[in-house]
Amino acid sequence: MARTGRVWIVSGGMTTHRTAAEGGGSGEPLVVLDHVDKWYGDLHVLQDIELTVHRGEVVVVIGPSGSGKSTLCRAINRLEPIDQGTITLDGEPLPAEGKELAALRAEVGMVFQSFNLFAHKTILENVMLGPVKVRGIKKDAAEKRARELLDRVGVGHQAAKYPAQLSGGQQQRVAIARALAMEPKVMLFDEPTSALDPEMISEVLDVMVDLAERGMTMVVVTHEMGFARTAGDRVVFMADGAIVEEATPEQFFTNPQSDRAKDFLGKILQH
Amino acid sequence: MEPVLDNLDLYWSGFLRSLGIIGWSLLGSMVLGTVLAAFRVSPVASLRAFGTAWVTLVRNCPLTIVLFFMAFGLPEVGVNASFYVFGVTGLVIYTSAFVCEALRSGINAVDRGQAEAARAIGLTFGQTMTQVVLPQAFRSAVPPLGSVQIAMFKNSAVVGAFGVGADLFSVGKTLTSAQGYAYIPVLTGVAIGYLVITLTAGVLLGLLERKVAIAR
Repeated sequence: MARTGRVWIVSGGMTTHRTAAEGGGSGEPLVVLDHVDKWYGDLHVLQDIELTVHRGEVVVVIGPSGSGKSTLCRAINRLEPIDQGTITLDGEPLPAEGKELAALRAEVGMVFQSFNLFAHKTILENVMLGPVKVRGIKKDAAEKRARELLDRVGVGHQAAKYPAQLSGGQQQRVAIARALAMEPKVMLFDEPTSALDPEMISEVLDVMVDLAERGMTMVVVTHEMGFARTAGDRVVFMADGAIVEEATPEQFFTNPQSDRAKDFLGKILQH
Repeated sequence: MEPVLDNLDLYWSGFLRSLGIIGWSLLGSMVLGTVLAAFRVSPVASLRAFGTAWVTLVRNCPLTIVLFFMAFGLPEVGVNASFYVFGVTGLVIYTSAFVCEALRSGINAVDRGQAEAARAIGLTFGQTMTQVVLPQAFRSAVPPLGSVQIAMFKNSAVVGAFGVGADLFSVGKTLTSAQGYAYIPVLTGVAIGYLVITLTAGVLLGLLERKVAIAR
């Protein structure tokens, strides 16, 4: 199993706010969250979030349950509306509900914890639906592209099956192919391996590492610290709805600055 | 059973007439009910309010009142049509509220993640409904939709009583009131006619349910 990842050349004196030029990105801001706030009733789930994801960068969001990291991820394609602040994608602010929002979501790939493959459609149809219905691509061209993507994630031979006939790891790889079929500018991963059996986690992470190596811009909410270390350009640590710390993976895991992060790492690295 | 056997041709034409009322009402109520169900889950508040108001009003009003409004109320405000059109329209309107609610239960049974995934690849609300949510909602709503439609089949007799004429129910009325046949054999014949329709529908529903069942 080749979980090659990127080789990390990290100099000791790196600041916490690493620019993407130092990491995998080209330095151009792609996703910008500016003073973003969100409340669920009295609960302040996103607190004054400031985050810039650069083109080609892999940002890994980690933190304890209920820290708001999934909400943050879902806010970027407006599956969760925000109450204050602005989110821009490639310079364009997120539009309100409607056709413009649908068009924007087509540019943002999303992979869910629970896969969410369309249960009534075959694997091939799952991957073809977006290109055909949203992009207006002809069926035979869309099928050719879908088969290529399914081959790339290693489930090409399952194309005629229904989602329920596949293992969790296979389903999640199809979900990644489905998102890639839209040729998105950025991919969001909302705990993509949390619902998987341990032995299936690596097959999904392999696909994600491969994506990162091909230069995809990614925001990954995960508990997979190995992935954060090998494929991440930057780690964003969240707790209680706020970004507590931002650093390179190397710096974050070896020398966390905040007490909250030290406490969190102490707990997860204990066993 | 002489009254039935003597008038088999009359029964047959009544049976076909009833099938006509049922067919149109089935088509109309499914289409209208589906649109209403989509309204009720739409992100647009005014559409949701319209759907809710429709269901509340129509579902809580007796069918006979709906039919009175159609057949006698509408002509008062200058809308004229045949009793057949009024009758079928009334039955469509009445049944649509029940179709809407049965389908909505099916929509609620579809995992939220399905619609989220559809929206995440850029499908509009309409596409999300027609491509992803409704096809799955229909599958899990087959049993309640079946009950609603079988109730409609029987309600078609009420439409018949409203002067649509020549349907299965009216055949019974004609044979007893106008031609003086005894009630029991005549009505037994009418009942058998309805049973043929409803029992066949029940068998077809069972087949449909098995055909569309999906693993989840």
